[in-house]
Amino acid sequence: MTHAIEIKDLHKHFGDNEVLKGIDVTVEPGQVVCVIGPSGSGKSTLLRCVNLLEQPTRGQVRVQGVDVTDPDVDIDAVRRHIGMVFQQFNLFPHMTALQNVMIAQQRVLRRGKRAAEVVARENLDKVGVIDKCDAFPAQLSGGQQQRVAIARALAMNPDLMLFDEPTSALDPELVGDVLAVMRKLAEEGMTMLVVTHEMGFAREVADRVVFMDGGVIVEDGPPAQVIGDPRHERTRSFLSRVLHPED
Amino acid sequence: MTAEPGKARLSPRKKQRISRGVQYALLVAIVVGVVLYADWPSLAQNFTKLDVAEKALPELFTIALRNTMIYAVGGFVLSFVFGLLLALMRLSTVGPYRWISTIYIEIFRGLPALLIFLMITFLPLALPGFEVPGGTFGQGILGLGLIGSAYQAEVFRAGLQAVPKGQTEAARSLGMSAFRAQLTVVIPQAIRIVIPPTTNQFVSLLKDSSLVFFLGVSGQYVELAKFGNDLASQYANATPILVAGVTYLIVTIPLGYLASRLEHRKGTRR
Repeated sequence: MTHAIEIKDLHKHFGDNEVLKGIDVTVEPGQVVCVIGPSGSGKSTLLRCVNLLEQPTRGQVRVQGVDVTDPDVDIDAVRRHIGMVFQQFNLFPHMTALQNVMIAQQRVLRRGKRAAEVVARENLDKVGVIDKCDAFPAQLSGGQQQRVAIARALAMNPDLMLFDEPTSALDPELVGDVLAVMRKLAEEGMTMLVVTHEMGFAREVADRVVFMDGGVIVEDGPPAQVIGDPRHERTRSFLSRVLHPED
Repeated sequence: MTAEPGKARLSPRKKQRISRGVQYALLVAIVVGVVLYADWPSLAQNFTKLDVAEKALPELFTIALRNTMIYAVGGFVLSFVFGLLLALMRLSTVGPYRWISTIYIEIFRGLPALLIFLMITFLPLALPGFEVPGGTFGQGILGLGLIGSAYQAEVFRAGLQAVPKGQTEAARSLGMSAFRAQLTVVIPQAIRIVIPPTTNQFVSLLKDSSLVFFLGVSGQYVELAKFGNDLASQYANATPILVAGVTYLIVTIPLGYLASRLEHRKGTRR
């Protein structure tokens, strides 16, 4: 069986700055893998290498068996199967929520307007913002915007989803709505790679948790182990700072 | 003599009042001087002679303003299209595109508009057999378009750069090609951003259309400045020039207000 994502010896430099120093991760179909770690540890860069928003310096990234770093690969075709959700939502501000969810279906998948609208409404309903179809992003709360962004990605029928700190830009009271949607997706069997600071979500939803620090993976295992009973000192000190910030 | 603390000889407020009084007095003196010095009857005779002004009608609107608008709108359309192309080239990852666009922009922003119009009149000499399509209108529009596109390119470049990078990333991660992402996501937002400065660009082209004067136009092709000047020569009276000036203002001032209105409205949908 092909892995959903298979990353081997991934390195990424920005100039002299070595952000990823040899990463190996695999994600199986249907798995939810959460990546945690201090800021600047390379979590987001790792995620962005999967759909080639960042070009890896060295190493291999395979998505459903396809090596995305191969220059002969049609990266647009690969990306169609990978949904991505950003920290800053990145909704298109000149389009309504409905248009945001329709546009790539029409322009990329060549779906007709009717068909695209049906799929868009289904997905907006699924994430709980069907009543905001005609609103522009600026008229929506952060939580609503992020849910529209999730619907936009889902409307492309992706085989896997990447989440780049999806709740970090949200007011605390809006985080729950977005996590609930992600939880539902996980229960439906979506393959998900999630960079997050939400330890509760990671512990309850993830099949595996990956702890990164300084561009390397320090620990990789089930949440009960990595979060519940970490083996490495670095993991322990990170978790204690996150879970008990006042101590 | 030492002033007591808190009791300066002149408090700052008092100083300000005196200084302001002096300024008013000076202004009044200047206005009175101008009023007394100016030869009002002669001014009225030369600049506001109604019977001469009447001679300008209806051609002032049916020919002169109409032609000014043709030159300005034509030049604007050309500079809009060509300017967008130049801006995309300037931001391209392809080196030669960047160089060509940069050289073009530097040259046409650095040269006086008048010089470019003079060069256009010599084009047939330089390229025997070549003729700008559209005759005089074509020449005027070409001149304004060449100049306008260099400025408009910089306006577009700023607009394209103002669209956050995350927009392109979102579009690309949905599977759009680089070209499709520009067309569907980036350019529409950039155009919204540049509407106010673009309105100002149009006003500036409208005024520069007066340089068509130097193409040696006549008859059907005259625009406002030339029209005013011709009538002024004919009647040996400056009134038609004032009339032409007022006609420019009737168009440019509302456009200026429109631009600043649009500028304030910007951001309501973001």
